[in-house]
Amino acid sequence: MSDQSTPLRRFWAEFRENKVAVVALVVMVLMGLLALFASVVSPQNPYDLANLSLMDSRRPPGFVGSGGYTHLLGTDPQGRDLLSAIFYGLRISIQIGLAAGFVSLTIGTFLGILAAYLGGRIETLIMRMVDLQLSFPAILLALVIVAMLGQGKAQLIGALVAAQYAYFARTAYGAAKAERGKDYIEAAVATPLSTRLVMLRHLLPNCTPPLIVVATVQIANSISLEATLSFLGLGLPVTEPSLGMLISNGFPYMMSGRYWISVYPGVALIILIVAINIVGDQVRDQFNPRLRR
Amino acid sequence: MLGFIIQRFMQAVVVMAVMSVIVFCGVYAIGNPIDIVIPPEATEEIRLNTIRRLGLDRPLYEQYFIFIGNLLQGDLGRSFVYNVPVLELIGGRLPATLELVLISVISATVIGVSLGIYAGYRPDSWLSKTIMAVSVLGFSVPSFWVGLILILTFAVNLGWMPAGGRGDTVEILGIEWSFLTADGLSHIVLPAVNLALFKLAMMIRLARAGTREIMLTDTIKFARAAGLSEATILRRHLLKLISIPIITVFGLELGSTLAFAVVTETIFSWPGVGKLIIDSISVLDRPVMVAYLILVAFLFVTINFVIDLVFALIDPRIRHGASA
Repeated sequence: MSDQSTPLRRFWAEFRENKVAVVALVVMVLMGLLALFASVVSPQNPYDLANLSLMDSRRPPGFVGSGGYTHLLGTDPQGRDLLSAIFYGLRISIQIGLAAGFVSLTIGTFLGILAAYLGGRIETLIMRMVDLQLSFPAILLALVIVAMLGQGKAQLIGALVAAQYAYFARTAYGAAKAERGKDYIEAAVATPLSTRLVMLRHLLPNCTPPLIVVATVQIANSISLEATLSFLGLGLPVTEPSLGMLISNGFPYMMSGRYWISVYPGVALIILIVAINIVGDQVRDQFNPRLRR
Repeated sequence: MLGFIIQRFMQAVVVMAVMSVIVFCGVYAIGNPIDIVIPPEATEEIRLNTIRRLGLDRPLYEQYFIFIGNLLQGDLGRSFVYNVPVLELIGGRLPATLELVLISVISATVIGVSLGIYAGYRPDSWLSKTIMAVSVLGFSVPSFWVGLILILTFAVNLGWMPAGGRGDTVEILGIEWSFLTADGLSHIVLPAVNLALFKLAMMIRLARAGTREIMLTDTIKFARAAGLSEATILRRHLLKLISIPIITVFGLELGSTLAFAVVTETIFSWPGVGKLIIDSISVLDRPVMVAYLILVAFLFVTINFVIDLVFALIDPRIRHGASA
């Protein structure tokens, strides 16, 4: 590898060496596209009640329904085509995962860098709060907050953010604390640059690598947490089912052998989460100087 | 050492106090409990009487102090729904949950650490790669989904294990235990596996990461140069060096497994505390919610306290750093 190449190129060259991670990345992008173009690729719009017929409900994979096309993965209790429901569910799950991930990233990073930069009482206050929260399981926190705020997309994202921002705050704090002591920050502080500029332009960019790793993992976690909450009946309203809700809907029918309603949305959910985690793992390994040859 | 213990103890007390305020305010900000307790056809007089009897007409801070006063006397209030003392309600369900959680966490730790050390010791063998692949799966796959698949495979299709409930129990010291009867044991296997899988993956990763880093250090190099056998190095040096993060996680996981048991208990209809809390949230039974959260917080704080003490025992640097 030539030394003139950009850091991004070098990063990609190293990433490419791990075939599993490349496959995972492809899968991840593919699922993102499926979610984005759900309305184009789905045989049916599962939210349009006029399209649904209860005659078609709970049919096994391969059943040709009243719509005249084959339900490749069968239908759910409401008579939705499961494949379409999965594409739309994927869209909602990814939407919520990304939204929760980015909001937590922003809030957490802000708090973490603020604490590391300012020090003193503010540092103690913020980090104590973060540590307190980290010692509490995220699922429980999310559960209580959803119960408190009620159901809905915004409430759910709020609960996920409240449960997860602390991870970002801790990571940003750790990285910023280490950078804070270095000479270039001292030099920047000595110039007449404003505090905000030093934090944004100098401190933040040097804290990004660990934050990217945490972000990938946390987006996967948000998706999984959302699915869990939906499964427990505390997630989104039934009219726009996420993957977790689809799985939950199918659960009562599983005992009687109608496995497909729960199993296929679950498979989609797992492929998505596993793909994100594998990519995240590879990125973390590449950022970890202790594993460098 | 005594100073260290006192300092940590004071910290724990402060955290507990803060936690109780947050939980109390958080939970009591939800909805209006009066609508649940009083039927809609009740007269205005009954309504006002009930509100007064439950103390809901007083300002929030007064309710809090009454709550704390009662709490310190071991009284956590009565459930709005079941109308029995909350402590009795939770206490009756606790053994089932504890049994499940302890079996899961202990087996996950023992198996996970062994597998993780192996995977870190021989990172390139096919077995290590398989272990890591399984651990990624255990880490990524949502716990409730694993539960569903376990039920589908072992209960519905193969019919080897029951899909839910606790099975026969034996009463020892006035508490019912499942794992002492064959039937109870067959009921506990699936939920325990379900609950343990995530912890297992975590333990494998922790042990592997620690092993990989420590195998490259001078400690191991010198131990080898001194002619110690590999088994001795692993047992005496490596295990000790990787144990700090593992002990921390073991402790924290005990607590978080208790929380995660909510999901497993719901899937397997395991009659523990987790199922109780889900039911309570859906009907907004506040005393139960508050009591549960306070108990979990108490448990967490206690566990953290114990972990700190264990650290100080293992690692003299922490002990001396604190007293200096």
